[in-house]
Amino acid sequence: MSLWEYANPKKFTETVTPLIPWVLGLAAICLVASLIWGVFFTPEDYRQGATVKIIYLHVPSALMAINAWFMMLVASLIWLVRRHHVSALAAKAAAPVGMVMVLIAIATGAIWGKPMWGTYWAWDPRLTSFLILFLFYLGYMALWAAVDDADTAADLTSVLCIVGSVFAVLSRYAVLFWNQGLHQGASLSLDAEEHVADVFYYPLLVSIAGFVLLFLGLVLLRTRSEIALRRAAALDRRAEARAAATTGEPA
Amino acid sequence: MRALLLRDLRLAVRAGGGFGLGLAFFLIVVVLVPFGLGPDRALLSSIAPGMLWVAALLAALLTLDRLFALDHEDGALPLLATAPLPLEGLVAAKAAAHWLTTGLPLTLAAPLLGPLLALPPGAWPWLLASLAIGTPALSLIGTFGAALTIGIRRGGLLLSLIVLPLYVPTLIFGAEMARRGAAGLPIGAALPMLAALTLGCLALLPFAAAAALRVNLR
Repeated sequence: MSLWEYANPKKFTETVTPLIPWVLGLAAICLVASLIWGVFFTPEDYRQGATVKIIYLHVPSALMAINAWFMMLVASLIWLVRRHHVSALAAKAAAPVGMVMVLIAIATGAIWGKPMWGTYWAWDPRLTSFLILFLFYLGYMALWAAVDDADTAADLTSVLCIVGSVFAVLSRYAVLFWNQGLHQGASLSLDAEEHVADVFYYPLLVSIAGFVLLFLGLVLLRTRSEIALRRAAALDRRAEARAAATTGEPA
Repeated sequence: MRALLLRDLRLAVRAGGGFGLGLAFFLIVVVLVPFGLGPDRALLSSIAPGMLWVAALLAALLTLDRLFALDHEDGALPLLATAPLPLEGLVAAKAAAHWLTTGLPLTLAAPLLGPLLALPPGAWPWLLASLAIGTPALSLIGTFGAALTIGIRRGGLLLSLIVLPLYVPTLIFGAEMARRGAAGLPIGAALPMLAALTLGCLALLPFAAAAALRVNLR
């Protein structure tokens, strides 16, 4: 019994279908619980006031925006090395979810930034890197949409994802070099030097768990529908070929 | 490889090759900027290095879609791919030809256009140096993008969507180097970073572009 057995599309679909409602349900519970806990049962920050509560959406979505790209990179590498179609489709399925995560992070950041920094947007390194990440997602999705042949599209987007990852990291450091930051340091890190206070920390953890589950559920759901679409397209082609064969016309 | 390079150069220089097109586009962008911003010399001179860099980048982008497309259309590309030259070498030769026909002329033309944007006189050696070091990276990244989008009809728009985000680090380091040079500040890390970027692109991107070409020629 190895993990690679799930690379079989049929096995994947059969395993995943009963899981999806549970994953999404758990995500909903985590998100609702953390938001209620965070919004109504934690104190206001002494400097930021009530605006601090946007952290429960902003930090998890930003985290998932980066991890989604990372997941796409891993899935692309698996596709290039082991040629498992499910892997390529999972990368395709994750891209729009990751892009929406970037948008949520940027939008919540802008809403918070107006009262706190006095501006919706500043050319701060973190903000700028996220905008660039957004453009990478757009290019990746556009390439998937533009190539007709499924395997060619999977190969090309995988190569783009790998090269794009390198350039995304490069851009991150280039942007740091280019402008000084306005954004605060890491909200979460393993050393407790830079850290949010514990009252905000625990609901934040629940909210992050909710976002991870939401991402997982959506990606599984979308991968399953991509597999179904692929199968439908293959059946269509087969039916056309059969019709052409019976009428005696070349396909 | 040399034969291929010479062939591409000859094709580019002769009629319809688009050799002058990039340069003319560069000139037009530089001329349009003062119309958009007003003729204030202080403002223009402060944005001149960055504007020249952005214009050079756009001009380099403009000529990318014909990099492989013409060979692909007339069927020369599969022949070139079956030649004894490895595909990586083909890509490197294409990138070199692109740089010699756009990057190099742009670099040489940039100081001449400097006075139009009130570029300070001390700045042009830095601008020249930053463009000379940075434009090969633009050509290499562009070759990769062109190799990715070769099979797509009307892929020009997609090409720019894919390539422009990849241009960000080059633009940042190149424009920063030119800006610091223009302001008389120490150059700092910008020059080594820009050079490292170009060399890294030269070492790695031909492999990525060749991989993309192989997929597209399959």
